[in-house]
Parts: sequence; structure tokens; C-alpha cells
Amino acid sequence: MPDDETLPVRSSNDIVVVRQVVRMRAVEIGFNLVEQTKIVTAASELARNTIDHGGGGSARLQSLRNGGRAGLRLTFEDKGPGIPDIELALKDGYTTGGGLGLGLSGARRLSNEFEIQSRPGEGTRVTITRWK
Amino acid sequence: MERIPILKMNEFLLVSIQVDMHDRLAMTLQDDLTDRIVRDRARGVLIDISSLEIVDSFIGRMIGNIAAMSRVLDAETVVVGMRPAVAITLVELGLALPGVRTSLNVDKGMELLRSSLARGGNGHRDAGR
Ligand SMILES: Nc1ncnc2c1ncn2[C@@H]1O[C@H](COP(=O)(O)OP(=O)(O)OP(=O)(O)O)[C@@H](O)[C@H]1O
Ligand SMILES: [Mg+2]
Repeated sequence: MPDDETLPVRSSNDIVVVRQVVRMRAVEIGFNLVEQTKIVTAASELARNTIDHGGGGSARLQSLRNGGRAGLRLTFEDKGPGIPDIELALKDGYTTGGGLGLGLSGARRLSNEFEIQSRPGEGTRVTITRWK
Repeated sequence: MERIPILKMNEFLLVSIQVDMHDRLAMTLQDDLTDRIVRDRARGVLIDISSLEIVDSFIGRMIGNIAAMSRVLDAETVVVGMRPAVAITLVELGLALPGVRTSLNVDKGMELLRSSLARGGNGHRDAGR
């Protein structure tokens, strides 16, 4: 498996594929079952946001080695409308799409590192990292 | 079209979610279940998620919707077989599944539904909330 690959995130079926590939990588890195479940769940949330709110985009999966430490970094990117107020979007229960408003805040809780860049009219990039 | 089968078990309906569900399948299941609750006059719905490797907010919302619709149709929903890793992750995700009861397996879920019906059925569990 390559250490760095980018997958399309355009259809509901792409979300299924992203989940499967993230799982394979998490297993390869040696994450335990709970860690695998957490990163796959976070990936599922962010992939869905990429489609539902960002109009589709991509997911970059990077297996990391930092000294003795292994990790998995996922970057979801779209060229959609962007998020005008990131702090608000990260509040539990905040949704503009009739969801539960848990995806973004939940993905943050499920990761060790969380970064979000977004500009109205230009798009959104969310990066999460989980270390072993 | 691909569909998730709904089995009738006595007065209950059993749905085993086996596949990594994509969104349309989840929506179809919701519709199919509502129809079947009415047609079969079911008093309870068991949703077996023992095959699911993850539950995200989308699936969580679907389960919550099924529970809410069932309640309106006088049936109760029990989610059975949630994997421990999934349960741990759901808590961190912040998904509480309000109004949804859980059981270890299908047998225990049936017991729960039976005793709940014997106690006077639906509605009681919401008293005092
Ligand atoms: N990629 C994105 N592009 C534009 N807006 C986004 C993006 N991701 C999230 N948002 C905004 O942030 C809000 C919160 O996202 P979050 O994932 O927490 O909730 P949701 O998707 O609305 O519901 P769910 O609980 O089903 O995920 C969204 O309603 C949307 O307004
Ligand atoms: Mg979301």
C-alpha cells in the first residue's frame, strides 16, 4: 500500500471506500480495534461533510512515521462554499443541513490533531491525525 | 434495487444490518420499516447492528429516526449487538441515541420488548422524562 494516496469523495459509495481504505491503513499501522474504529468514524464524518456541504472533493491518506511514532493523517478538501464561522461550526449540535451537528466536533474529539482551513467561496480543508 | 431484509419474529420485526450501508440504502430501510410496522402490526423492532464496524452520525440519525417513527406507530425499538469499540466511539462522537434502548443480542432484545409490552407497552418508558 502506498504511504500517501488521494481518493475521490464525490458519491455516497466513495464514503464507503474511504472507510475501507482508512481501516486497512489503520490496521497496517498497528492501531488497536478502538483506535481503528475512532479514526474510521472520524473519516466517515468528514467524508460526508465533503459531499453534503462541500459539494464533493478528495481525501488524502498519509501514513506517518515520526521517529519511533506511527500515525495516520487524513486531509479532506473541497472547493465548496466554505465555512463562514468555524468556531460556530465546531459547536456540538450546530448544523445548517438538518443533521445532528456532531460530525465536525465529533471528528475533532476522535483525533489527536485537528486542523481546519476554510474561506467563504473558496472551500474547506480539514486535516486530522491520529498517533499510535 | 438492493434492500435490507426485514424479518417477522412473532409480534416483532428484526432487521440485521450486515452491509456497510450507503446513504440510499439507509433511507430505503427507513421507509420499508415504517410500511412493515403498519402492515404487520408490529409492536417492536429489533435492529441488529452486530455486523457494523462503525456507527457514524448518519447511521445514528437513521436509528434515531426509526425509533421515533416506530414510537408514533406504537412500536418500540431496541438496538442489539453493538460492538464495544463502536459504543466507546459513539460516546466520544457525542451521539447519545435518545429514546433508543440497547441489548446485548437478539434474544435479550426480545426479552426486553416482551417484558416492556407486558408492563403495559409503549409510552410508559417516556413517562417522567
Ligand atoms: N466541508 C464543508 N464545507 C462547508 N461547510 C461545512 C463543511 N463541513 C462542515 N460544514 C458546516 O459545519 C456544520 C457542522 O458540521 P457537522 O458535520 O458538525 O454537522 P452536520 O454535517 O450538519 O450534521 P451531522 O451531525 O450529520 O454531521 C455543517 O452543518 C455545515 O454548515
Ligand atoms: Mg456532518
